[in-house]
Parts: sequence; structure tokens; C-alpha cells
Amino acid sequence: MASHSGSIWADLEPILPRVAKPARYIGLEDGALDPEWAGPGQVQVSWLLTYPDTYEIGLPNQGLQILYEIINERSDAVAERSYAPWTDLDAELRAAGLPLFSVDTHRAASDFDVLAFNLSAELVYTNVLNLIDLAGAPVRQAERSDDDLLVVVGGHAAFNPEPLADFIDVAVLGEGEEVVGEMTAVIHAWKSERAGGADVHRADLLCRLAQVDGCYVPSMYEVTYHEPADGEPMGGIASVSPRYADVPATVDKRTVADLGEWPYPSQPLAPLTEVVHDRLSVEVFRGCTRGCRFCQAGMITRPVRERPAEQVRTMVAEGLKRTGYNEVSLTSLSTADFSDIEEVVRGVLTDQEQAQADAGNDGLAAGCGTTINLPSLRVDAFTVGLAGEVNSGRRSGLTFAPEAGTWRLRQVINKLIVEDDLYGAVESAFSQGWTRMKLYFLIGLPTETDDDVLGIAELARRCVEIGKQHTNRASVTVSVGGFVPKAHTPFQWFGQNTRAELQRKIDLLRDATRRMHGVNLKWHGPDASTAEGIASRGDRRIGAVIERVWRDGGIFQEWGEHFDLDRWEAAVEAEGLSMDWYLFRHRRVEEVLPWAHLTAGLHQDFLWDDWQAALAESGLEDCRWTPCYDCGVCTGYGIEHVVASPIAPAGGSQGTGQDLSQGHEVRVELRPLVKN
Amino acid sequence: MQSNVGIRLRVKYTKLGKVRFVSHRDGARLWERALRRVDLPVAYTEGFTPRPKVGFGLALPTAAESLAEYVDLDLSRDASLDATDPGWDDWLRGLTGSLSAALPTGMDVVAIAERDASDGSLQESVTSTTWELTGWGTEPGLVDELDTSLQRVLAADEVFVERERKGQRRTDDVRPLISDLTLRGSDDGPAVVADLVTIGRALRPSELAELIRPGIDGTGIRVLRTHQWIDIDGERRDVIPDARHSNGTNHHDRPREHVVEERRRTARSYAGGQAQ
Repeated sequence: MASHSGSIWADLEPILPRVAKPARYIGLEDGALDPEWAGPGQVQVSWLLTYPDTYEIGLPNQGLQILYEIINERSDAVAERSYAPWTDLDAELRAAGLPLFSVDTHRAASDFDVLAFNLSAELVYTNVLNLIDLAGAPVRQAERSDDDLLVVVGGHAAFNPEPLADFIDVAVLGEGEEVVGEMTAVIHAWKSERAGGADVHRADLLCRLAQVDGCYVPSMYEVTYHEPADGEPMGGIASVSPRYADVPATVDKRTVADLGEWPYPSQPLAPLTEVVHDRLSVEVFRGCTRGCRFCQAGMITRPVRERPAEQVRTMVAEGLKRTGYNEVSLTSLSTADFSDIEEVVRGVLTDQEQAQADAGNDGLAAGCGTTINLPSLRVDAFTVGLAGEVNSGRRSGLTFAPEAGTWRLRQVINKLIVEDDLYGAVESAFSQGWTRMKLYFLIGLPTETDDDVLGIAELARRCVEIGKQHTNRASVTVSVGGFVPKAHTPFQWFGQNTRAELQRKIDLLRDATRRMHGVNLKWHGPDASTAEGIASRGDRRIGAVIERVWRDGGIFQEWGEHFDLDRWEAAVEAEGLSMDWYLFRHRRVEEVLPWAHLTAGLHQDFLWDDWQAALAESGLEDCRWTPCYDCGVCTGYGIEHVVASPIAPAGGSQGTGQDLSQGHEVRVELRPLVKN
Repeated sequence: MQSNVGIRLRVKYTKLGKVRFVSHRDGARLWERALRRVDLPVAYTEGFTPRPKVGFGLALPTAAESLAEYVDLDLSRDASLDATDPGWDDWLRGLTGSLSAALPTGMDVVAIAERDASDGSLQESVTSTTWELTGWGTEPGLVDELDTSLQRVLAADEVFVERERKGQRRTDDVRPLISDLTLRGSDDGPAVVADLVTIGRALRPSELAELIRPGIDGTGIRVLRTHQWIDIDGERRDVIPDARHSNGTNHHDRPREHVVEERRRTARSYAGGQAQ
């Protein structure tokens, strides 16, 4: 595929003084690798790992950094990175006839074999099309020839890649550490055959990739649709079937069994310009068994796999030393759940004090030491204590996500935080010197009533009341987002709220909080939730909508200044599709969902039963510390939850609704869910 | 209150090649990380959110290059460092190398000197700067045309530039900011060498380019800052004297002016295909 034409830097350089924030296009980060490109006559697989949003958002992405290192460690491959050029540079590049380029060596995208996108959200889909086009490949997969880029997507949104089926060659389901090597080997063999003059073509490559576990090749599957039933605007999917015998009927996600075997990124990227998460990140575990029913990340990343505590400590110490950062995030979906989190945190702090002392910096004030950041905090007093331990300096704001305003609705969504947990956390935080609290909520959840919505205001009011006992400056910011149902979750059957209904609920909250002193309300626009909903549970027919929005100039749709719902609605209408049908209707159990042939290991009947339990307002406790519900993941992959301790960490109800204040051992055993 | 500052350093560094697109503000963040990477015991400010005591000089416009950027570093009194120690020179030389390694490609420390507590800040002390402007083109007669333009600017009593400030358009006379303009040859065609005064609102090199050749896009001109000058008893002097001519200098003869050989600018590739 690739004809190595080298760097386009000489052409790019005169343009950069004219664009905003040019430092995001120059590379040179700490941790940037020096990929060794093969000479002529040698076969090598080259990956351009691309984040389809700005550099500031994409640079910190851990998935991309991990694959960048793993591929470059191979002798048969190189990887470089690219990010979506902002609209000013996009226009300049197109005017000058220049392509998408890597930031590492500023090679043209067409010099690479694979253009691989990380899809963390649906609104970036129009950017994906734009970047394929800017890279110089035909946007539609069917029009690509043997020499064109192979377009691959991965990441959470790739679990329903159907809206992108016409544009991508391969979607990778699940974790990429292992599969990226297997794909490289397949591509390498195919390239070698071609170099040797064999009569092999793009279709052969795609067919072989379709046989790699975790690789879904949409063009290898035929989708048929029902005629619309009476009174329905559209027909659903009749069947999805492989076109060839050796293509699997169902594609299963990839899961790394032991996170300890993958201590990546080992050379974290520290950028030359400010980015959204401008600190070191160390992933402490993957997976989550809290079972929040709205949360796609929690569902598709099971089982829980903790990184060995010692490795966490080493990665933090080495990462800080290497990058010069003085702040580290211990990342996961719920970091306070990490076994012995207190010990790890203490260990990290001890290591940093030791490092300072070794450097002769023992006279430093306490506040200029290392800050540990714990994102995705559980809501309870234990967590606040932990946050206090790691954050000796600034104590301005603390963020919690109760997600719903009433206990009833929290049982529906399975976010099992009792009010005592929340008020305990808030009491603890204000008493320890925090003055501002940020509370995240979703609106538009299943079974939600106006009482649930107003419950958000009431919770916020109570929190401020508690805070006022400690400080006059106590304030609570309520941040509200519109819920968008996602594939592979119990809520995948739920018809989301209309734009108007979301707006009505926001207005309701606005009225309720207007006179509440100390309560500030913020919300994400219901327009974006609506557009997100089009892509999130769309089928292949939505591809034409995405292409239309892109051709109409709709790129950077995650950015308010470029987003316009009218463009999406007009595109849906122009394609003869129905917003009501895709977004606002509840699905039936017998319906073939667009992603039914793709699996994250969760049994369909587990998801359906959990959806029914939700409607019955029945919660499901965390299976790390309670018996197994047989969701299918542990048994399916033969990987049990890898936790350092079977004992639930102390404090609060742990969001399980149980009294675990003493901390007690619960044996983990596999047992089928008892069905009603 | 007793100061927590021990030794005070003044560091000269370059900004060449791709890294020229890093803004002044981002450059400050790079310095903070580099200082932590080399474990330099920098003094911190007092207060609730302590910051390292680092003083930056006059901002270099984004996209301009420089052979002469400066930063002041205050080291902690608690650090067991002693400038009278026989190993001091070696320590400074080592610091020069390790800071260069911790900074991005194109940013290299070329000299480190001690300074006195009584020395003014870089922002106060620097009175003028020298720039080299290239990339004017290659057409015949260009040199004569540029020369005429320079003479025109120098001969004028007043030279006006239209600027926008806080949404208000205004016209400033920038002639007092221009000390001298000369022309010389370079690898990149004719180069305008400009000495500019830094008192008050500085004249941007791109503004100067547009003055010299009205109608051109100033962003197309390649800008290199070659010197920053301080005024000592009416004499202009390099911020760190002799820094650029330090080859063969015996450091022991100049206890307060430890100078390290500047890396040759040509060692850095502007269009280099490979990162790091």
C-alpha cells in the first residue's frame, strides 16, 4: 500500500504560523517514539493511530498511547499518531492539496497501511469520514482498492459500529493489546505475498482479518430488513448473516486476562502544549461490576481486572520521573473500589517523598509535592477520607455522581447509593475543608417522573444545607446530562426522551433551583443528546445520515460552535428515515438489534432480565462481593474477577445497599441468576 | 521574613526548529516539568498554591525562533549547593546537559550564570533585542528594494503602525522602537537585521516586516531572535556576557559566568523527518 514519500513538514511549516495553536501539530512530546521505518524491499506494517477529535482531547487517550508503544516494539511494524486538524488547518490543508499527516514524523497518511481510529463517542463519526477523506482514501469502503488505506476502528463506540459499516474496513471489539499484534501479522503476511507477486487482493485481506478473534469486518456480512409493519415508519432488521462460510456468525470482544502483563504506557506522552488531562495517568483496573444499567463502559469492560498494587506504584514513580509531572490520576471506572486503595495511595506518597529527599529537595513545602487524582469517585464518606489524604493542597471542589435524584430511580438504574452515603460524603467533605461540591445527574432515565427530576433539586438543597453548617461559602453545582441509551446495556431497549421532553425537565429543574441559594444548575444541551442517539443505536442505514451531515460541513460535532441538530434532523429526513423509530421507541424482546451479532460477553437474557428488573425498581448488588448473576462474562472468557482482596473495602454501603461498614468477606462463586 | 532562596541562576537557551510553534505560556509549563525531571531544587513561593520561583524574560512570539532566550531560576536555600565548591563548575555543566535533555528537541540550554539578588528581573533589565528576518523571497532586485525600504524607515522621523488594543483601533509611532536596520546575506536569501528597543509596547517582528514591505503577510517572514541586551552604564551588553563566544574560555577565570558551548544551530534540522 505505502509508497514512502517522507515528511510533508516542509509544506506544512509555512502554513502553521497562520493557524490557531500550532504546537498541537508538531509532535516532539516527551515519550514520543522514533519509529524505525523499513527500507525499500522490506515488508513492514505501518499504523497511523488517529484520534478523531482535537489533539488536546486525543493526546491523553490511554488506549492510543498503549497501542502506539506496543506496535512500535514489534520488529515488523511501526505506529505513528495523528489527531483531527482543527477547522482552520483542515481548510488550509485542503487548499494546499496536503493530506492528513502524522505528528511524529509528519508523514502523509497515505504512507501508512492502516488508518486506525479510536472511537470514544458517537458524535465524532463525521470527523472519521472527514479524516478518511483528508487522508486521501475513498470514504466508502466499497470504493477502496488494494493500495488504499485499511480503515480500522476500535474503542467503546465500536461496540455498535453499524452506522459506520459503509466507511470502515474493520471494527475491533474490546481491548487492543493482543489483537493489534495478530492483525499486524495477518497484514504483514498479505503484504509479503503481494510483494512476492501473488494474486491476492483487498478482499482476501478482509476475509483473513474477519477470522481474527475480535475483528468484525462489516462488508463480510449481509443485512436484510423487514418491510415496515402497519403504522410503523420503518422496518427492523430481518437478519444479519456472514457472506462466506469461514466468517464467524458472531464476533466476540477481546479481553486481556492479566493487566499485570501489560504495564503500558511505559513511556507516557507529555505534550508541549496544554491538553485536557494534563497529568500522568496510571490505569489501576479495568472492568466494573457495580452494574449501573445506563453505563456502557461498565457493561462492556467486564470482568474486573486489577493491576498488581506493586506495579501501580512502580508505574506512578517511573511515570512521574520520566515526564516531570507532579500530578497523577489513578484511573478506572471506580477507583475507590481498587483493593487496598489506601495502601497504594500511601505507597505512592511515600515514594514521592523519598524521591524528593533523594534529590535534596527535603525543604520543599508540603503543597508542592505530588497530587494524586482519583477520578470516578464512589459516593461515600470513605472515599472523601481518601480524597483528603491525597489532596493536601487545594480543597476547592469535589465531584460525585449520584446520577438520579431519588432512591427509587437509583434502584431502577442500579446506582445503589443510599441517601446516607451521599449526605455522609457531603458532610465529610465540607467538614474537611471543601467548599464546593459538583453533583452529576442524568435526566431522561427509564421510568423517570417529575418527582425524580425535582428530587435532584432537593438533594442539592440538602447538600448545601449540610455545607452551610461548616462554611458560608458552601455551594453545590448540579450538572445534568440527557441520557442516551447504549448498545450492550440493559437499557438498550429503552426509547430515549425526546429533545422537547429533556428540555421540559431542564426547565423544571431550573425553576426549582432558581431560588435555592448556593445551588448552581448546569446542563448539557438536549440537542447533542438527540444527535448522539441517532448514531448510538443506529443500524447501517444511519451511515447515509452521517455522510450527509459530513458533506454538509458538519464536523467537530462535539463542539458547540460547530454542532447543529437541524443538520442531523434534515439528514434523517432526506434519507427517508425516522427519528421516532430510531430514538424514541422502546424495543421489543424479539427485535434483532443492529449489534446482535456482536457481543461483549453479556448474555442477552441477562441483559433483558436486568432491564425487566429495572422496570420493577429492583437493584442488583455488586457481584465482586456477592454471588454471581451469570451475566456470561467470567464464564464465557474463563477469567474471574481479578481482585487483590475478596474483602470489600471499608466504609459506607459501598453502593451495594448492604451494610459493609465492618468490611466482611464474601466468597466469589459462580451461580446462575435465579429467574422469576 | 527570611527568603528561602539560595543560589540564583540565569539560564540562556535556544528555541529552534519545530518547537518554535510552542507558545510562551506553554514554554513556561515545559520549563516547570523539565526542572522536576532533572530534580533541580528550585525554591517555591510561599502561600496556598506554591509555585516554583522561575522568572521568564520577554515573550517570544509564537513561531519565532531564538538563539537567546533567558530564564531566571531561584534555587532553594535548603539545597546543599555551594558555588565555592570545587565541583561547582562540573555541576553546572552537568545541569546544562541534563536540562537540554529534559527540554524538547530544539530547546537547548547554552549557558548558565549566577546572578546577584540585586540584579533586576529579565523583564526590567532587557532594553533591546536583535532580530534576523528572512524569507523575503528570491526575485531579482530584492536586495536593492529591501535596502531602499530600510533607509526609508531609518530616515523617517515617525513611522506609524495601526494596531488594535482592547477592541480600539489606534495608530502608534513605532520609530522610537527601531534602533537600527541593516541588510546582510544568509542561506535563506537577504536577511534584515533589526535592533529593537523593548521599552513600552514592543514592535513585533511581523509588524516590522509589514513596515519594510507594505502589503506582505508578516507571518510568511521567518523570525530569529539572535540577542537580548541589557544596559550597563550606557553600554549595551549581552544578558549573559560572552555566552556566544565562549569557545576556549576558561571558566575558572570567570567565576560568575559559567558558559557552556552553544550547540550549533545547524545541528538541528528544520525539516527533519524524524522526531527526537
